[in-house]
Amino acid sequence: MNHSICRKKVRISDFIMYGLIYLCAAISVLLIAGIIVYVFWNGFDKINWEFLTTTTSFLEDTVGIAGNILNTIYIIVLTMLIATPIGVGAAIYLNEYAKPGKLVKLIELATETLSGIPSIIFGLFGMMFFGTTLGLNYSILTGTLTLTLMVLPLITRNTQEALKTVPNGYRQGAIGLGAGKWYMIRTILLPSSMPGIITGVILAIGRIGGESAALLYTAGSSDLLPATVKGYLDKIFQSGGTLTIQLYLSASKGEFDVAFGVAVVLLIIVLGINFATKLLAKKFDVNRMS
Amino acid sequence: MGKKHASEQIAKWIFTVFAIVAIVAVCSITVYMIKIGTPALFEVGVIDLLFGTEWKPTADEPAFGIFYVILTSIFGTAAALLIGVPIGILTAVFLAEIGNKKLVNIVQPAVELLAAVPSVIYGLLGIMILKPVMYQMELAIYKDSPDHQFTGGANFLSAIIVLAIMILPTVINISTSSIRAVQPAIKSASLALGATKIQTIFQVVLPAAKSGIMTAVVLGMGRALGEAMAINLVAGGSVNLPLPFNSVRFLTTAIVGEMSYSSGLHRQVLFTIGLVLFAFILLTNIILTRIIKKGETE
Repeated sequence: MNHSICRKKVRISDFIMYGLIYLCAAISVLLIAGIIVYVFWNGFDKINWEFLTTTTSFLEDTVGIAGNILNTIYIIVLTMLIATPIGVGAAIYLNEYAKPGKLVKLIELATETLSGIPSIIFGLFGMMFFGTTLGLNYSILTGTLTLTLMVLPLITRNTQEALKTVPNGYRQGAIGLGAGKWYMIRTILLPSSMPGIITGVILAIGRIGGESAALLYTAGSSDLLPATVKGYLDKIFQSGGTLTIQLYLSASKGEFDVAFGVAVVLLIIVLGINFATKLLAKKFDVNRMS
Repeated sequence: MGKKHASEQIAKWIFTVFAIVAIVAVCSITVYMIKIGTPALFEVGVIDLLFGTEWKPTADEPAFGIFYVILTSIFGTAAALLIGVPIGILTAVFLAEIGNKKLVNIVQPAVELLAAVPSVIYGLLGIMILKPVMYQMELAIYKDSPDHQFTGGANFLSAIIVLAIMILPTVINISTSSIRAVQPAIKSASLALGATKIQTIFQVVLPAAKSGIMTAVVLGMGRALGEAMAINLVAGGSVNLPLPFNSVRFLTTAIVGEMSYSSGLHRQVLFTIGLVLFAFILLTNIILTRIIKKGETE
């Protein structure tokens, strides 16, 4: 019996490795579960109507993040307004117009490099170039332009991926029927790759929402709300700190109540974005099947 | 017909210009970093700046040596990789080879969420959870050494742990896809020869996925080198040798920490620190393209 080939030798090293592998897989799950539970546990009771709709003021004795919420919305909307057309356009050029060659390689290398540059470097560049050289100082616009460069690779890459999944027959069919290239892109390619483009946009929004190092010295840290209607327009040229900046400043000052309140708001945004991309990915798959 | 033709041409030109934005951006960032980073390099002296160990930017006789800052970034990144990479690769093995579908469907979203958590939240949790633990350890270890400067738990070790956690998603995601891309045939061959599943994974699958895993490690390295805000909250912030229980300053936190009140030469030195960081990042990018190229030819 002992010499049967059916009897497997038990390896202790195998058991140890299995244990380690399961342990490591558990670490990620425990980490994220711990983070979510800890932040909500400490921060959920800090969230109330006053916290979300007022600004922090000693005179009126209020603690609130309405100014930061407004700044975050400003920066997200403005950045996406600039970055989406450029990123999608670049992807269209790379996939549909360009012939393989030096220029394409260079653009792809540049996009790759851009996505590897840390946000603190974007922050330095934005502060010096948009802030000082172009004279925009600490303003929402400076932050927006800086972040545009930062999220550009994200949008370009997602759009490229989406364009690649559109079957070539669609292109040939449209061209064969006499459509121009731009007409074909507008009416066939862009609608078919819309879920991929939107995924890129949502991921970029997530990146902007969580960004801090690139914004501290470009968009600044003001947490006030504009007082007049015109003030809402001028706001673009004034300093404005996002939620993450407020969280960073509160945490470094030891105001942990505000910090946890903001952390809860940010985590809810992160979870929402994750859910939205999942939903889109599902829709995308269905489209490809049919 | 002529009008339609014009719109076709305009569209093509606009897309070309948009595609070139990335090249213009990378070039102008490079030029600007060199332009703002080099003046201090010559004013202080290359050797004194890069290899000086004294940092007294606001003293009457200021000294701008960033050697310890550079060392901290290098060793901090290396240590974070040492912790994060093995955990990351084993998690990737779980996701791609070991785990059943149910468990993978729990672990995979957890990793995705981990990547999406804003870095300042890691910093906040570092302050609330890591710092007290570190302080207790510090009190226990150094209770008999009066020379030790107590940091209250904001030290090199805390920063390393935060960095290791932050690079996990990068390492896991890229390793997982490269392990999944390994041809099933060589796996079957190994199993058919009588190797156990674990032997197959570690002696056949992982070597086959080598270049993808190297890519994951280098990308994690770039992420760790460039992280600023989270570790600024837990690293302490004094310029010191990177020893576990020292309060330390990284290249990134040096910029974040002092930019708001610096001026003159001090500010220019901070730009030089930015340039040094930028050089490190470009270096990792070059290593990355080498690895990818090598992987393609193999």
